[in-house]
Amino acid sequence: MNTPLMHYLVWPLVKFLIAFIIVQVLVAAMNWIERRLLGLFQARLGPNRVGYKGLLQIIADPVKFLLKEDIVPASAEKVAYFLGPILPLIPAFIVFCLIPFGPPPTFTVTRVNVGLLLILALTSTGVYGIILGGWASNNKYSLMGGLRSAAQMVSYEVPFGLSIVGVLMICGSLDLVTIVRYQETNAWNFLPQIVACFIFLVAMNAENNRTPFDLPEAESELVAGYHTEYSAMKFAFFMLAEFSMMIVNSCLMVTLFFGGWTLGMFGIGLTTDVLRHMGMFGGILGTLIFVTKVMLFMLIYVWFRATFPRFRFDQLMDLGWKWMIPLALGNIFVTAIFILAGQERLMYWIGIVSIGLAAMYLFKPKPKRAAAPGKVAHAS
Amino acid sequence: MDAIASNAPLVVFIVIGTIAVAASFLVVMMRNPVHSALFLLLTFLCVAVLFVIKAAEFVAAVQVLVYAGGIMVLFLFVVMLINVRHLPDEKMTTSYTLGGIGVGVAIFVLFFAVVRTGAYHDEAPNAAKKLTTVREQVLTQHPTDPNKLVRKWRAKDNRNAEAIGMALYRDYLVPFEVASLFLLVAMIGAIVIGKRELSALEEETAPDYMLERVETEKEVKDLVNAN
Repeated sequence: MNTPLMHYLVWPLVKFLIAFIIVQVLVAAMNWIERRLLGLFQARLGPNRVGYKGLLQIIADPVKFLLKEDIVPASAEKVAYFLGPILPLIPAFIVFCLIPFGPPPTFTVTRVNVGLLLILALTSTGVYGIILGGWASNNKYSLMGGLRSAAQMVSYEVPFGLSIVGVLMICGSLDLVTIVRYQETNAWNFLPQIVACFIFLVAMNAENNRTPFDLPEAESELVAGYHTEYSAMKFAFFMLAEFSMMIVNSCLMVTLFFGGWTLGMFGIGLTTDVLRHMGMFGGILGTLIFVTKVMLFMLIYVWFRATFPRFRFDQLMDLGWKWMIPLALGNIFVTAIFILAGQERLMYWIGIVSIGLAAMYLFKPKPKRAAAPGKVAHAS
Repeated sequence: MDAIASNAPLVVFIVIGTIAVAASFLVVMMRNPVHSALFLLLTFLCVAVLFVIKAAEFVAAVQVLVYAGGIMVLFLFVVMLINVRHLPDEKMTTSYTLGGIGVGVAIFVLFFAVVRTGAYHDEAPNAAKKLTTVREQVLTQHPTDPNKLVRKWRAKDNRNAEAIGMALYRDYLVPFEVASLFLLVAMIGAIVIGKRELSALEEETAPDYMLERVETEKEVKDLVNAN
């Protein structure tokens, strides 16, 4: 074996395979976690019959999908119908090559100096599967779902991209490793870029077609939207791609705004150098920190889903074009002014003040209700 | 093995270039507009790979992001909205075919002549900024210490995105802004043309689907006025 071959092909592939397997296990687990959490949020049990607390549901569901009959509509456009579920899987898997899971070089698969841009480019092609699947099914509801998805994805890609620009301006790099290294010596980016962080959170929910933005698959209007005509493993592929993209977006969120694999700011705490001194154990610890943060954002996805009712389509477009994009542009403008003045650190106060205000609003003492009006009315 | 490794860019270029050319032929040959759009997508992706071979990974990423992620999605959106399943079974060639082929050949000869003589292998004044190719990167590797190789590689291509940023926003700022203004004007023009009401003459010549839209708009307006 010659060295360049090992260095450029074999090791990256091995690392990618490990990352891929871990992520896919997380995806499978997410299905169970989401259903259990939704049960918790909605004061019911959720799946709890198969195995301990329903844990074997993780295996039972894929087995069910594999064994179900695979129905292809007679009037479907065959090639596009088969491509539909496969196309979104490809970018959703490739992206994991580019995400730094732990301190480099051992715990990152590759390091590309335009890594962030490449991730954005790859994830933006994920919409083709939904559009094609919706169109090829030859079903009005599917087509409506596909069209809605196309409009929604294109609209929300703009604030999604613009919210990242502020981070790029502060860190001065498109390289994800450099962005994380910047955050450990300064504050994590959610402090100076709290507005961008908020926009990113909303836009990533919209990009993944999650409730409150799940109009492409709104069951009360479109049966099941773009995957109405898909059954068995093809349907499972759509779900797999969606959950993989959720993990990708959570990884991006953690890397861009919440310090990646580090657990420290201003050079204090578990920074990359500290982790490197610990050797292999430090690397694994960094990866664990990263995965924990990612799973926290996956929980926020579920929390969103359980909390917010679905938007109407015009409301969705209004929110995207009239609120998110101007807000993101304003954020870029303000960030540029602070950078020109050389006072980036003043921006931390924006984050601290906003978080303080939000906390005050959330934890303000609630006025006590004198008596339950419903009960009185019932008694009389 | 070593022969393949050292000629990797050439092999990739031949394979991907062939796919790109074949796919772009299929774009015009396909009768179903959605299939055409898909082959156009394949062409865009292949061109992005060609950019990567020339170590222009920033352009490659932007190519995928803008063309594959944005413009092609809108193309597909429009094609599906009009819902053209198949073009009518008429001849795909017209009387302009010969002229078209002539122009194509002329442009090819022109490009071939320009690229052949090395007009783009510039010995430009900013030779230091000249982007390194993949081959050069592979050849700079250290035989025993793989870490050294990685660092060298990074330092070399780190300039790429920065160089484009500097060129666009410092050296050529005014042309860049003018170009974006043109795009904005074009977009506003498209919206204005799309939104206006048709004149009597245009109503006679307009295709059916446009008239249908105008009629439904009128009906909606009447309904709103009646209420």
